Amino acid sequence: MNQVLSLIFAPEFGYSVLRVTTPILFATLGALIADKAGVTNIALEGIMLIAALSGVVFSAITGSAGVGLLAAVAAGGLVGLFLAYCALKLRTDIILSGIAINLMASGGTVFALFLIAGDKGISSSLASKVLPKLTIPGISSIPVLGTILSGHNVLTYLALAMVAVTFVFLYKTPIGLRIRAVGENPNAAASVGIGVTKIQYMALALSGMMAGLGGAYMSMGYVSWFSKNMTAGRGFIALAAEAMGGATPLGSLLTSLLFGFFDALSNTLQLMKIPSEFVNMLPYAATVVGLVVYTVQKTRRERVAREAAGPTGNAAASGNGATR
Amino acid sequence: MDELLRMEGITKVYPNGIVANKNVDFSVRAGEIHGLVGENGAGKSTLMKILFGLNQAEEGRITLEGKEIRVDSPYAAIGHGIGMVHQHFMLVPSLTAAENLVMGLEPRKGIYLDIAAAIRTTEELGKKYNLIVDPKATVRDLPVGIKQRLEILKALFRGARILILDEPTAVLTPQETEELFSQLKLLREQGNTIVFISHKLNEIKELCDRVTIMRSGSVQGTFDVSSVDEKDISRLMVGRDVILEVEKDEAEPAETVLKVRGLVVFDRFKKRAVDGVSFSVRRGEILGIAGVEGNGQGELVEAITGLGAIAAGEVSVNGKDVDGMSIREIREAGVCHVPEDRMTYGCAPNLGVEANLMSCNHDSPEFTGPVFLKGKEIRANSQRLIAEYAVKCSSPLQEVGMLSGGNIQKVVVAREFSSGPSLIVADQPTRGIDVGATEFIRARLVELRDAGAAVLLVSADLNEVMELSDSLIVMYGGKIRAYAPDAKAVGEEELGLYMLGLKNQSSEEIARVVHD
Repeated sequence: MNQVLSLIFAPEFGYSVLRVTTPILFATLGALIADKAGVTNIALEGIMLIAALSGVVFSAITGSAGVGLLAAVAAGGLVGLFLAYCALKLRTDIILSGIAINLMASGGTVFALFLIAGDKGISSSLASKVLPKLTIPGISSIPVLGTILSGHNVLTYLALAMVAVTFVFLYKTPIGLRIRAVGENPNAAASVGIGVTKIQYMALALSGMMAGLGGAYMSMGYVSWFSKNMTAGRGFIALAAEAMGGATPLGSLLTSLLFGFFDALSNTLQLMKIPSEFVNMLPYAATVVGLVVYTVQKTRRERVAREAAGPTGNAAASGNGATR
Repeated sequence: MDELLRMEGITKVYPNGIVANKNVDFSVRAGEIHGLVGENGAGKSTLMKILFGLNQAEEGRITLEGKEIRVDSPYAAIGHGIGMVHQHFMLVPSLTAAENLVMGLEPRKGIYLDIAAAIRTTEELGKKYNLIVDPKATVRDLPVGIKQRLEILKALFRGARILILDEPTAVLTPQETEELFSQLKLLREQGNTIVFISHKLNEIKELCDRVTIMRSGSVQGTFDVSSVDEKDISRLMVGRDVILEVEKDEAEPAETVLKVRGLVVFDRFKKRAVDGVSFSVRRGEILGIAGVEGNGQGELVEAITGLGAIAAGEVSVNGKDVDGMSIREIREAGVCHVPEDRMTYGCAPNLGVEANLMSCNHDSPEFTGPVFLKGKEIRANSQRLIAEYAVKCSSPLQEVGMLSGGNIQKVVVAREFSSGPSLIVADQPTRGIDVGATEFIRARLVELRDAGAAVLLVSADLNEVMELSDSLIVMYGGKIRAYAPDAKAVGEEELGLYMLGLKNQSSEEIARVVHD
């Protein structure tokens, strides 16, 4: 136990938490933007995979990590638009379309990898580039904080910045206001001339681009190659993190860090005798417990409020078919 | 005063064949409050939806200040200065009042939303029109009256000069209504024009300059409010166009089946929708409830059938208190229910006729073995009922949702009536269905009455409630206003006065409906 604690409280552990949180955070913000517009982007997982491969391939072709990053983001945006086209224009079910994209991405990226690199598992034969790490002057020399915060990949800093950017975008700009209106009451939005479909297209494209950044980080930062199914469910974790974070940017950051913490923990504990599968289970168990506690409290609060409202409230509470 | 807006020869036929507006002419003068009255289904909402671009008319034209305009969307209507406050608010609950106000026309500062300007606008507009709303309040937390105020502000902010208010007082308390009226009068003084949809005549008298009365899709006339009294309006508004006769013998009422005493039911706005109602329905009689929709009939039916909650009072069937019983237990006590909304509560549209006909008995030994459903018995049951009720379907497996309205209702009625009920609660049993099915269902109700069932009939169709009922009560504002022991003996004009709250019987007269 002491050994575990000493590992957790080591500054290197803090560094690795931020490192593994990065792709989850990008995807969570992607989930958030789509959700706010009233559309569920369940395709985040597949989008990240496609973006990760695109980044590797284009950086290898051009020899430029920057071009690889742009390609990854563009690929993410395009897949997001494709999902929007299927769901909003062709009226397919958005969840089924998202699942289809995920399955297609899982097989398709391996196929594409084989065509390009001649290998079905890993892209090591491609001379792909990685995005640079940044040492932050000033902070890097502070003992513990410097180890945790400095020397990360440029995309890790971008992910943290994106939390603030997303907040400002959603809550301080006209477009953000429209996104929130569309997501909550599309009829109200349409009644004042807001193009509901247009807003949802845009939100899914932005959501895809955000996941694209996460994918680029996976293959051009976290590691320096693309490997089969390398996102390993991070797109789905993001959906959970977004919901658990109460669909807010700050909440998304905190829950992403929570999942990142357990992810890092499982990596660390593999060094010891504890099976990593057990540790991998922990964040989800924590989610379930957290949601139960949250719901119990919310129900209790509502009951107190209803009782305070008097006999009317009771009537509504005991109504067995009261949702009319 | 000058004529501002004119709608001429408006005809609207809905895809299901219902003619909602028949060659309607309607005109509004600048700076007036114009009442538009009529019963539910009279076509007033349709007419206003056409004006606001939510519906398109088949025929007719709209002119604004003498120039013909095309209104093919709400957006176009707003462009012409026409705004509408819907019964269901078009607000986003988690946004603030100011954000809701400017939504779609946001003030900007660079790339940012200028929230300070939005707040300022809300305050200034609010002061100008005496429609004060806290700009920073979250809409979710606002009372209904303030939400409505915000909706009016939204329309004004978008440049509306003609405001359409669709039954705005339906959701308001009396105090909120008072406040709304003084605000509307102020808007009129400032030169705005208001179309006020209502079926409450006292409100029309208090607020409006002129009134247009509609019935069955046609305009019955437009009058200066000062030149007509409420009785004139009522006579034009309530009336029968075609008299359908129902053949039946005298009722022979026996013991009480449904006993309702001092019943209070709250609606979803927490208002007393049913306010201390007492009556009895006896074996072998049809008791009709007449009234303009929304006067508590729906909530009353829900309380009796278990769909809604009883706040106070007693409801018992054959001496058993139904409060606290599940819907299943109430049904087992002998109550059947023909619901008003047949597609939601009456049937499962995606299931076949056969499945719908046995859906309330799916776990009875008659249709269910230890593991599997008894296909043969179910088929025999459906074939028997399809023949008995003359349901037109291609096979017992055809989806109910694919049938015509009349046949869907026959399926509902066949299932409900075949359960051997002692109390039938029939809520608008023939609304929107063809004449053949209507006659069939009415005849069945009389047959069941003669066989000893008690029938509670709720209908907004005056013709139906007067012809089919043996005795009737009139509901207005959640209370019983009149009781007629013989439904044939009461005149429709008098009924209209009760329905619109212009006349009340004494409490002794009303108490006669309680048979103990």
